[in-house]
Amino acid sequence: MKSFLILEDGTVFAGSHIGAQKEIVSEIVFNTSMAGYPEVLTDPSYAGQAVCMTYPLIGNYGVCLEDMESKRPWPDGLIVRELSRIPSNFRCDISIQQFLEENGVPGIAGIDTRALTRILREKGTMNGMITTDENFDLETIIPQLKAYTTGKVVERVSCAEKYTVAATGALSKSGAGLRVALLDLGTKNNIARSLAARGCDVTVYPACTTAEEILADQPDGIMLSNGPGDPKECTTIIEEIRKLYETDTPIFAICLGHQLMALATGADTFKMKYGHRGGNHPVKDLATGRVYISSQNHGYVVDMDKLDKKVATPAFINVNDGTNEGLSYTGKNIFTVQFHPEACPGPQDSSYLFDRFIERIKEGKRHA
Amino acid sequence: MPKNPNVKRVLVIGSGPIVIGQAAEFDYAGTQACRSLKEEGMEVVLVNSNPATIMTDGDIADKVYIEPLTAKVLEQIIIKEKPDSLLPNMGGQAGLNLGMELAESGFLEAHGVTLLGTTAKTIRKAEDRLEFKETMEKIGEPCAPSLVVENIEDGVAFARKIGYPVVLRPAYTLGGSGGGIAHNQVELEEILANGLRLSRVGQVLVERCIAGWKEIEYEVMRDGAGNCITVCNMENIDPVGVHTGDSIVVAPSQTLGDKEYQMLRSAALNIINELEITGGCNVQFALHPESFEYCVIEVNPRVSRSSALASKATGYPIAKVAAKIALGYTLDEIKNAITGKTYASFEPALDYCVVKIPRLPFDKFITAKRTLTTQMKATGEVMSIANNFEGALMKAIRSLEQHVDCLRSYDFSALSAEDLLERMKIVDDQRIYIIAEAIRKGVDYDTIHEITMVDPWFIDKIAILTEMEEALIKGPLTVELLKEAKRIEFPDNVIARLTGKTEEEIKQMRYDNGIVAAFKMVDTCAAEFAASTPYYYSVFGSETEVVETHPKKKVLVLGSGPIRIGQGIEFDYCSVHATWAFAREGYETIIVNNNPETVSTDFDIADKLYFEPLTPEDVENIVNVENPDGAVVQFGGQTAIKLTESLMKMGVPILGTKAEDVDAAEDRELFDKILEETQIPRAAGGTVYTAEEAKEVANRLGYPVLVRPSYVLGGQGMQIAISDTEIEEFMAVINRYEQEHPILVDKYLQGKELEVDAVCDGTDILIPGIMEHIERTGVHSGDSISVYPAPTVSEKVKETIAEYSRRLAKALHVIGLINIQFIAMGDEVYVIEVNPRSSRTVPYISKVTGIPIVDLATEVIIGKKIRDLGYEPGLQPAADYFAVKMPVFSFEKIRGAEISLGPEMKSTGECLGIAKTFNEALYKAFLGAGINLPKHKQMIITVKDADKGEAIEVARRFEKLGYIIYATRSTAEVLNEAGVKARKVNKIHQESPTVMDLILGHRIDLVIDTPTQGRDKNRDGFLIRRTSIETGVNCITAMDTATALVTSLENAASQGELSLVDIAGMKEARK
Repeated sequence: MKSFLILEDGTVFAGSHIGAQKEIVSEIVFNTSMAGYPEVLTDPSYAGQAVCMTYPLIGNYGVCLEDMESKRPWPDGLIVRELSRIPSNFRCDISIQQFLEENGVPGIAGIDTRALTRILREKGTMNGMITTDENFDLETIIPQLKAYTTGKVVERVSCAEKYTVAATGALSKSGAGLRVALLDLGTKNNIARSLAARGCDVTVYPACTTAEEILADQPDGIMLSNGPGDPKECTTIIEEIRKLYETDTPIFAICLGHQLMALATGADTFKMKYGHRGGNHPVKDLATGRVYISSQNHGYVVDMDKLDKKVATPAFINVNDGTNEGLSYTGKNIFTVQFHPEACPGPQDSSYLFDRFIERIKEGKRHA
Repeated sequence: MPKNPNVKRVLVIGSGPIVIGQAAEFDYAGTQACRSLKEEGMEVVLVNSNPATIMTDGDIADKVYIEPLTAKVLEQIIIKEKPDSLLPNMGGQAGLNLGMELAESGFLEAHGVTLLGTTAKTIRKAEDRLEFKETMEKIGEPCAPSLVVENIEDGVAFARKIGYPVVLRPAYTLGGSGGGIAHNQVELEEILANGLRLSRVGQVLVERCIAGWKEIEYEVMRDGAGNCITVCNMENIDPVGVHTGDSIVVAPSQTLGDKEYQMLRSAALNIINELEITGGCNVQFALHPESFEYCVIEVNPRVSRSSALASKATGYPIAKVAAKIALGYTLDEIKNAITGKTYASFEPALDYCVVKIPRLPFDKFITAKRTLTTQMKATGEVMSIANNFEGALMKAIRSLEQHVDCLRSYDFSALSAEDLLERMKIVDDQRIYIIAEAIRKGVDYDTIHEITMVDPWFIDKIAILTEMEEALIKGPLTVELLKEAKRIEFPDNVIARLTGKTEEEIKQMRYDNGIVAAFKMVDTCAAEFAASTPYYYSVFGSETEVVETHPKKKVLVLGSGPIRIGQGIEFDYCSVHATWAFAREGYETIIVNNNPETVSTDFDIADKLYFEPLTPEDVENIVNVENPDGAVVQFGGQTAIKLTESLMKMGVPILGTKAEDVDAAEDRELFDKILEETQIPRAAGGTVYTAEEAKEVANRLGYPVLVRPSYVLGGQGMQIAISDTEIEEFMAVINRYEQEHPILVDKYLQGKELEVDAVCDGTDILIPGIMEHIERTGVHSGDSISVYPAPTVSEKVKETIAEYSRRLAKALHVIGLINIQFIAMGDEVYVIEVNPRSSRTVPYISKVTGIPIVDLATEVIIGKKIRDLGYEPGLQPAADYFAVKMPVFSFEKIRGAEISLGPEMKSTGECLGIAKTFNEALYKAFLGAGINLPKHKQMIITVKDADKGEAIEVARRFEKLGYIIYATRSTAEVLNEAGVKARKVNKIHQESPTVMDLILGHRIDLVIDTPTQGRDKNRDGFLIRRTSIETGVNCITAMDTATALVTSLENAASQGELSLVDIAGMKEARK
């Protein structure tokens, strides 16, 4: 069946329909990871967006359900050059076609994804529509596309109730006995898994949980997760985070969590032209000069120009464009990163940050 | 970290002559490294024995030594040039080993030379089998369990422990001879016994067999500060068991999920960190297809064939970055040359699919085993880029130039499904065609996968291609079907064949419906950042990204495709120099080529690079976009010449010698007419199509005769026939493929062979020099030892050659390069053949005469005159050096190949010896080719009757050098009668000790075995020659070569230190 991707600038790509049978309007973004589409599809940070994979051959190894980074796929739609006719991998549970259909995710295949990427790169991220209606009318659609915003998506993707992830110690016992509170702003499973693998017991809280509730459980450390959307939409959450900041509890934050902590402490964020989404972004640890290849997925970034150095200083920067990739909070046991040390998909090079977090918690305890 | 201020003068070691497994990729890497070092203001001293390389040009390095790559020579160069640093990891295994030898002997330290990049400790950890295993164990990276055994009992015990099947690899045998896979104890005992006997040190490695696992490679970079990145990963379609150089490889991996991808990526980084490699490194893994279990197969702590492939596949210049790292820079300080915005500390993101197919030499060695094993056999490779796998595979197939253009090109339709399954068990270069036929016969994926272990994903892709074939055969050819066929890169001619239409009709239908190729950019970042580097590949069904460029004159330079025997890196040298020369003259240059190993496909050589197959259709797609003002075909070997007619049809002017004049040189009748007009004699002969006609001509001329197809390079299919039976045999071989052009049958003249390369401007001719071959006619010029200036012919012969060359170039209206081969019998000169194009001797003669022939040819092509370029026409005065070009072979790698020399070229590469005296130059040339004698001073002589007279003289001289001579019965009798002491040895089928036992005793320096005519490979001689080669014994098959060798050894005995010649200095001197 024919399908169309219509961008708010009026560009139309004609391709073929894939996945669930429905029309969507969403923010169109691209991801440059060559492998890891199941993780991308189940990353809650993509809520409110439709993802174009720049690698042209998608679905080659099907979907292995244990690779899911959350309970369900979140993007509104998937845009690919070509979906593999058969999946081939020993762990494959279902084909990507089936996965999309069963989870109600529509998509489009057979379009020039590189041309689309170039448009998004030059003009910036845009809204778009995926439809199978051949008689679409641009004049009515474009205003509709322009009006679209991702809105308050964090509440939509966060867990409804608090739950726990027990320590597995699969990797080490360094965090044994430590209790970490993870504020789920749209968390990927591997954040809790990474902590549990180091021996921590993790309690995951819904995004709307108050600081008091979290602190009442007396966690040894607090983790703020990744998540979707414009950080400035999360006004109430920011207020709660400000309260967490005021305590002495060690905090480690990733992506949206990192942005919210910045906003909570007086810094500013802005929307990037087309964001960073992929598994090949170099970030430099300013303390050591070491460069790590990181997994990234963000459309907003902390404005370094408006940073109050007395509150926080840059800890990581992106080697490509010099944007902020992490902050270290002055006089606080708090550090936050824009990229994804939990990987999945992408390189695991910065997973040491979980170890650092555990070290920080322990240090805090020693000093206490 | 900034540049290390102590590094100012760097010695770079090249990889020496091209052999299988060590080829043009090191010229690419070395050239890139040298340019990168010069960019940083370094003085570069280069040493490489290979004159055909671009890296050995005066404009690439400051000092250039084309000298034998031995520790002793390097020591002399270090003493003379006083470099402060040595860069050893650009010259392949050869360069690395030499660097290690100098480091370990303490020589480097004593002379204040630092090893740049990787340290000796690192190299040892990666290269020494035991240290490597220990290191891997320490960091928890698994290797396949293995043990070196010296007797059968230990082997059996170990195999029982690790379980069958096991792989057996004898130590110090070449070409994997004596090795194999044992599935049970009986097989183990048999293979092990043989392996222990063949091994010089009596050792065999017994290893767990991981054949059938997925073979995955990562190219990794690490800087001195410990920053690591992976440039890309690659998946071999042929699972473990086939050398990656012989496998069809795809980048990036296709069947790995993120979990597997990252697991192996992390392991690769873990390894490179532990080994503390600074620079580039290749890590090969075997991954179990049904679990997360993996083994590290190998680590190469240097640039490699794979790193060249990865560079071209991603646009990330590994060698260039590695050179900068060696100088002390960190990855985040080095700019990404493609984007110009980002840095080298990132990982390329591909938004296309790359397929590499090896170019295997079985069309040359038709008696050789086609089986693919862990011993690499490919001489070169092609790469293709598309946005789907099927398309990339189709493009790569037609890039091979082996009469293949689709999965039907080898016809197995006569085999039943059962036969196919049986045939599929043989792992060879035809396996994908067998799989395709099995799919057509309805065999299911699981069955094919079980036998081949090829991943079902790839099998399905092959099925998509066979389904398209069926759809095209069945018809009707709708626009939609045509669109889909083009999307997966079916060429027009294949679509025409399958649909029963003409190629022209298909093309018209495409144009009528707007189905045309678009060009996309390779930009390292999947379009995330704007890139300005014009490195393109074609796709159908997309928008084009080629930017209309400045209104300069545009020239299209057609490259020479994959490296094969007969068409090697010399032609890449010519293409690159021509490109540079055109650029200097203000042209916009466009290179089209498909070889990932070469300098020409580096993205910053030409203004634009199109990585595409070199077929008329693919080139036309480019012409349609670029509309060049002209194309130059004379530098790209036969590959480019073959495109002449098509280019003219597209309306692209051919720059330089006109197409009809090229034809006149190749077409027998036209050429005969020219010879008649110019009064130049040649051997009598005729043109034929069938064996009957050939026999008729042969009998008219009288045997022996030379039989060869026209329009080929490297004497492909050329043979000397002595009987009707042989004519029939050779004609059958030639006619395996339909011949577009007639076959030539000439009277075979035995005399001295001479050769010139010259530049002609239409009026005047410039002949840099005359080269003389040491072997008489009958041995292909590419396999002959070639000497400049011609040492033994008279002035009269030289004058005649110069005069004939002038007449021929003029009669053929040559504008640009011409190569002519002559025979001299006494003072009589005959012409053998004329090639109005570049030749394999061009780089060598340019370097030793200091006359930049390609540059001059290019200037002549754009209309300048030789006299205006500062040269007096005619034969140039000889240089005051002798230069000896020595062919180098890779016979040990290709089991079953006949090694004796003949009219068909067999060498894979060459090295040069250059010195003030002929004898020293000859000695250096042999040394450069790896013939480092004497060792044990024992030799075997077994020659055909016609050679026995000459053998006496040669034997006498070897005896004088202290050699103990063994000879087979009749040779021994002749020698003893003549007073040369020869010990008689038995022939193979006689009782022990036989000649074979002697060879396997590992105490023989040399075998001189001149084969009797005919190609019966079961003969004793064939076995003797093969066994010598496979056990590392030098084997000579022509008396002239033997004479040259003994002359060189006599001279070596009196030779002290070798003299050193700086080629870059010679060029300066000529100016």
